[in-house]
Amino acid sequence: MNAAVLLFPGLNRETDAMRALQQATGKKPNLVWHADHDLPAGTDLVLVPGGFSYGDYLRCGAIAGRANIMDAVRKHAERGGLVIGICNGFQILCESGLLPGVLMRNRDLRFICKMQNLKVERADTSFTQSYQQGQIIKVCIAHGEGNYVCDDETLKRLEGEGRVAFRYCDDKGVVGGLANPNGSRNDIAGIYSDKLNVLGMMPHPENLIDPLIGGIDGRGLFDSMAQFKSAA
Amino acid sequence: MKARVIVTLKNGVLDPQGKAIEGALRSLEVEGVSSVRQGKIFDIELETTDRARAEAMLKTACEKLLANLVVENYRVEIL
Repeated sequence: MNAAVLLFPGLNRETDAMRALQQATGKKPNLVWHADHDLPAGTDLVLVPGGFSYGDYLRCGAIAGRANIMDAVRKHAERGGLVIGICNGFQILCESGLLPGVLMRNRDLRFICKMQNLKVERADTSFTQSYQQGQIIKVCIAHGEGNYVCDDETLKRLEGEGRVAFRYCDDKGVVGGLANPNGSRNDIAGIYSDKLNVLGMMPHPENLIDPLIGGIDGRGLFDSMAQFKSAA
Repeated sequence: MKARVIVTLKNGVLDPQGKAIEGALRSLEVEGVSSVRQGKIFDIELETTDRARAEAMLKTACEKLLANLVVENYRVEIL
């Protein structure tokens, strides 16, 4: 499984993402600069990491979402390759049109940095096959704009097609209410594209891969992706 | 030629910043404010002097970058 990690000015989670990918795949991922036009040959997975691309100017992810390399990422996704965007990466995927909706300012206007429980909605995708359906995982969140918003029709489609990947919940697995940190519609923490090969999520699984720093619940995501058999 | 682009949130989209400003105005005892919505203004200088071309170009700019049409509307004013 060959992974590429995109780098935009202002991102800061790329090293964490690369460490998590290397731990799961045994291979060092390629770091790809935003102004490049092509992904390295044989790329199976593109990871768009978190941070503050272009200082969050205009709207989070707006400028990065229109960078040269995103055309190559769109083609990669059309071929069935895997794409994952984490935090600012999720915002970038929404702004680029690879995923529907938008991430708005948190309901309470605060930047939230804390541990957060998530419910794994389905365990039959290339991103979650190492988890159990309904499993509660503890990862962390760190964002000011994580409030997922889309129109009613899109929401209905996401729910109807099983495209919600993760929802915010408490440690007992109860979804919603106070467990929803940012006001996201339907407690959505992550969503899939229609072919389930593109995932965007606000939480940071790449930071929960080592017992030394708080847990390993993020490993399942990287172990799942490591089993991917290559894009067409 | 100068132009102004105004980007605002669509009706019905929650605007927590607008709400916070609304609350602040109330606490400053500015009376009679029933609601505040925050938006963005872009002042743009254009090379062209052709109004129709300017409008078409700004429409493209809004749809490609300046506004996120999922949650925002835009308006173009040629000054």
